[in-house]
Amino acid sequence: MAQYKSAKVVSNEKIVDGIYKMIVETEIKEAIVPGQFFMLKCWQAEPVLWRPISICEVKEGALVFLYATVGRGTERLAALKKGDQLQVMGPLGNGFDLNNIQGKVALVAGGIGIAPMVELSKRIKGAEVDLYAGFRKDVYAVEDIKPYVNKVHISTEDGSVGHKGYVTEIFDPSAYDLVLCCGPEVMMEKVVKDCLQKGTKIFVSMEKHMACGIGACLVCTCKTKEGNKRTCKEGPVFDGESLVI
Amino acid sequence: MLTREICGVKFKNPVIAASGTFGFGKEYSEFYDVSLLGGICTKGLTIYPKEGNDGIRVVETRAGMLNSVGLQNPGIDAFIQKELPYMEGLQTNIIANVGGNNIEQYMEAVEKLNDTSVHMIELNISCPNVKTGGMAFGIKCEDAYEVVSKVRSVCKKPLIVKLSPNAEDIVAMAVKCREAGADALSLINTIKAMAIDVKKRRPVFHNVTAGLSGPAVKPIALRMVYEVCKAVDIPVIGMGGIMTGQDAVEFIMAGATAIQVGTANFIQPDIGVRIIEEIREFMYKEGIKSIDEIMGAAL
Repeated sequence: MAQYKSAKVVSNEKIVDGIYKMIVETEIKEAIVPGQFFMLKCWQAEPVLWRPISICEVKEGALVFLYATVGRGTERLAALKKGDQLQVMGPLGNGFDLNNIQGKVALVAGGIGIAPMVELSKRIKGAEVDLYAGFRKDVYAVEDIKPYVNKVHISTEDGSVGHKGYVTEIFDPSAYDLVLCCGPEVMMEKVVKDCLQKGTKIFVSMEKHMACGIGACLVCTCKTKEGNKRTCKEGPVFDGESLVI
Repeated sequence: MLTREICGVKFKNPVIAASGTFGFGKEYSEFYDVSLLGGICTKGLTIYPKEGNDGIRVVETRAGMLNSVGLQNPGIDAFIQKELPYMEGLQTNIIANVGGNNIEQYMEAVEKLNDTSVHMIELNISCPNVKTGGMAFGIKCEDAYEVVSKVRSVCKKPLIVKLSPNAEDIVAMAVKCREAGADALSLINTIKAMAIDVKKRRPVFHNVTAGLSGPAVKPIALRMVYEVCKAVDIPVIGMGGIMTGQDAVEFIMAGATAIQVGTANFIQPDIGVRIIEEIREFMYKEGIKSIDEIMGAAL
């Protein structure tokens, strides 16, 4: 039976401005697929809802979450200290289909969308993988992915590292068989359009506001050609071709 | 004794999952034995499938949340074929929540449910998130009277009418719905509210307004249930921000026969059974043997 439970914070550190990495000690019996997420909270009554945070890395008896502080929920998470308790519910959602990752593969990430790419890069076997990662200013998580990929391409909006501009400007899908993408909605739309134009298969991990996280409330709907899908249940990973953009 | 009876339908306890927060019971069955609940209200059903609203559908607020789902549902036929057989196996009362764009659609939907296994119908004249129908029937008494009386004339199941806190006069509305033939009332649906995106300088929701629920609305809901229970002699099902057994007991003391739990399901998936346990514990401590002893105690 699915459950939510208490877990203990092992560490929770700011890695760059506005980005935190939290390691949580917990035993999860289910197999965890990169691209899946957990609902997290460290409060009782206020804020009201859990926060969906994607899995960055799975370790022995622990989970790693990489998250951006964007509001009062994630700010509360960021204030957690070693030894503090929080509630975790998951793994939720579908995750990337690891059985169908072959050939030349590009991981394309925008901002905090790089979080699921860490575990994903570790779990891909028998494919040739390159990373494209775009950031506003500070670069993070790339070092964790480097050992598992061939080439790393970076862009920053201020030009401090790599290409000055957006990651979509340095990424050409025609060189790849498969693209796995996570980032802001506008960026993913662009990558999906580029991929479909070049005939490259693409899967994206969508980010939507959620309430229940388990498929009951229908607030995280993603429009697809087969009708509305629940980002928390049928997603967050969708075939780019199925999306209505 | 936690058992309740509403319009001849027996409930094992007064706690019912509220429409739109519990799907068709499947998702929460992964977390606990939902047969422990008194009943489940289905997601709002309409005669035709509905895609729901575009854009952002949820915003958290202080002690609550705004939603603008817009009655996304697979339609009555798909419900009967695909969802109801599963729900029948859940061994709890099934209350079908029904919406519509016009009176004919309400009637047609209810007629389709007449010969199914659902125990009761909850007529939704209170959804604030659809442009036509929904709450449009729940603001003015005469509009509500028309839809309720017409639906009553074709409905073979006990008919609950779900009221909107946005009604012009909640007590007059309750009285009018009873006159029109409602067998029971449930209230409150969400409160019409809004949020503004300060960076975009625009309303967050495509529909501009959305429905507020959660602990923030509880005192308003309680007041409305109290006033309605004073005015009508049919069963009232109270809801609005119920998070604990004590909240539930407050609604019961305000005169509610049963209560619904909505937003709280999102906060704690198994909250329904916890509320049942807390009610039981309260009754034990206070030496109360039956809910009937405290129902309406504060009136």
